[in-house]
Amino acid sequence: MGVIQGDQMVLNIGPQHPSTHGVLRLEVMTDGEIVSKITPHLGYLHRCFEKHSENVTYEQVIPYTDRCDYLASMNSNFGYVVAMEELMDIKVCERVEYVRVIMAELNRIASHLLGVGAYGLDVGAFTPFVHMLRDRERILDIFEYTCGARLLYNYMWVGGVSHDLPKDFKKICFKFLDYFEPKIDEYNQLLTYNKIFVERTADVGVLPADVAISYGVSGTNLRASGVKWDVRKEEPYSIYDRFDFDIPIGEAKFGTLGDCFDRYWVRILEMKESIKIVRQALKEIPEGDIFETMPKKIRPPKGSIYRRTESPRGDLGYYIESDGSPVPTRVKMRSPAFTALSCLDEISQGWMMSDVLCILGSLDIVLGEIDR
Amino acid sequence: MTIDFIINQFTEIIGNFPVAAFLVACASVGGLLFVLMALNAMVAVYVERKVSAFMMDRLGPMGQGPGLHAGKWGILQTFADAIKLLIKEDTIPKSADQILFKVAPFIIFIGAIIGLSALPFSSSIQAVDLNVGVFYIIAAGSIGVIGIVMAGWASNNKWSLYGAMRSAAQIISYEIPAGLSIIVPIMMSGTMNLQNLIEYQSGSIFGIFPNWIMFQNPFAFLAFFIFFISAVAETNRTPFDIPEAESELVAGWMTEYSGFRWAVFFLSEYANMFVVSGLAVAGFMGGWLSPIPGFLNSPVLGLFWFFGKVSFLIFVMMWFRWTFPRLRVDQLMYVCWKVFIPIAMLNIFGVGIWKLIFG
Repeated sequence: MGVIQGDQMVLNIGPQHPSTHGVLRLEVMTDGEIVSKITPHLGYLHRCFEKHSENVTYEQVIPYTDRCDYLASMNSNFGYVVAMEELMDIKVCERVEYVRVIMAELNRIASHLLGVGAYGLDVGAFTPFVHMLRDRERILDIFEYTCGARLLYNYMWVGGVSHDLPKDFKKICFKFLDYFEPKIDEYNQLLTYNKIFVERTADVGVLPADVAISYGVSGTNLRASGVKWDVRKEEPYSIYDRFDFDIPIGEAKFGTLGDCFDRYWVRILEMKESIKIVRQALKEIPEGDIFETMPKKIRPPKGSIYRRTESPRGDLGYYIESDGSPVPTRVKMRSPAFTALSCLDEISQGWMMSDVLCILGSLDIVLGEIDR
Repeated sequence: MTIDFIINQFTEIIGNFPVAAFLVACASVGGLLFVLMALNAMVAVYVERKVSAFMMDRLGPMGQGPGLHAGKWGILQTFADAIKLLIKEDTIPKSADQILFKVAPFIIFIGAIIGLSALPFSSSIQAVDLNVGVFYIIAAGSIGVIGIVMAGWASNNKWSLYGAMRSAAQIISYEIPAGLSIIVPIMMSGTMNLQNLIEYQSGSIFGIFPNWIMFQNPFAFLAFFIFFISAVAETNRTPFDIPEAESELVAGWMTEYSGFRWAVFFLSEYANMFVVSGLAVAGFMGGWLSPIPGFLNSPVLGLFWFFGKVSFLIFVMMWFRWTFPRLRVDQLMYVCWKVFIPIAMLNIFGVGIWKLIFG
């Protein structure tokens, strides 16, 4: 840069900007193209989820959880109902457990598809994004066929699910998985191994494991830094301990451990693992009545619970406090995307403008969940 | 060529009024070039939409135009777009530099149209047959950057400024490898006149292959690739579209433009693609010569071959755009200064030695 230093320029990226993945405003201090400081400004999508929850009944909270992480509504539902069932001490029937796992894993694939696709878009590749949206549509079709909704499902209820699986669900789902599995290799050929893509992402925005842990980063972003941490394995909830699947971690494939490429690559690998889980669950799913364990009245005993689950973005925790009435006293959501965003400033200092948006994309944030 | 022809005709039929003859000739040829530019943009935008759609497993525009219900192929889509752009409100930001903001699109437009005027469409159809045609087109291509910097500065918008600065750096850098590699055909043919350059390429290699410059020796083949990639960079197309990088700079230097002024930018972008492809075709791919040596060569068919080859190169540019991600600014400069320029320079030596040995 030499001795001559000009003034720093403040640049506002957002709230209306093509690659802030929602309505986020980044106040960026730049010196030409080099970025020296980033201050994220949140709250453009704040909908008072937690305050709303204190004024509606327990079952009415579920549609609000849909709207938090709108790309993985099933997983948001899942976390809440798992916490509620633990609070109320309900053991749901086997079929419901399997249905939930299948839905959550399908939604994980859908969410990662959009995550890596939009990441390609951030780096400038349009075509992979559209191909991935095309395949995501097929998952949404399956959801629509099951519960009638394509984005906000309100599918998992306390003690059960809203609709049983359709009769030919197994066939449709297997057909999708058989179609989808080879498509991942196609994405790899189109985007992952593209020389320009590797150049843009490898070694960029390295998030070392200790920094990630100190910021509370979780999920794929943490695993890409080489930490083998997945709530599905570490604190198995629902029936995840029955399935055989791996936890892909960052392997410094082209650059440094924990760079943007690793975060992208872990998502691709995780889709394969989700396919494995869905296949196993579809084979083992028993028959049963899904409404069998659904309570008539939801009145948890006095007390509180904190339960975390693994959403596509990471550690999604719910803290629910009950005073014995049908309305929760407090519902707190621990958002994985929020913690991921908090480390943006540290890992993108000194990189260029283009890299900042590349790093932001690689963290795969969803503003609906950050602002709640 | 065409201008001289019109001036002669005018003098013969009406009389010796040199100024009037010159003005009429310029106006008619300029009008024709403008029609070509507009048609090129119309067709290219439609094709780009369809090509991108098919690459992305979509249908592309289907609504406008004749056909069964509501149009079958959407062939009138670009006409609808053009009409929409023309009747749109023309907004100019309050704090913008009013004069520069209004002038900038026309400078870019002029840069594109004067480039077109020297292209050899066929052996007898060419607006002006310059003896330094290659040099002229390269020079005309650099005028646009003034307009881009002007537009970026006048918009009084940080995104526009970023885009303009990136664009200036990029276009000026990539002119060097483009210029160095276009020297290769000039060295081989010994002329800068585009018609003579194309005539030099007539005939065949071993009686089968066309005697195009890019096939004559390996250095020329390499030079063609360097020239074409630099040309893609000069027209700000993906993977070198960092000046208007949508996901970073919103729309780069065009952020504040709308309506007709924006349409002029768009028109110029496609015209620039045509010009650089035209120069690549004339310099390396035999211009209006048939790809099968001695087969179907005539002034009228030459038009077809020329447009066919240019369309192919434009299609390749679209192919790039819908396949590749975007480079970063420093990577872009790295490719230019540390890869292309040294290779292009060595190429000149290579061609010189080749000419010494093989004549």
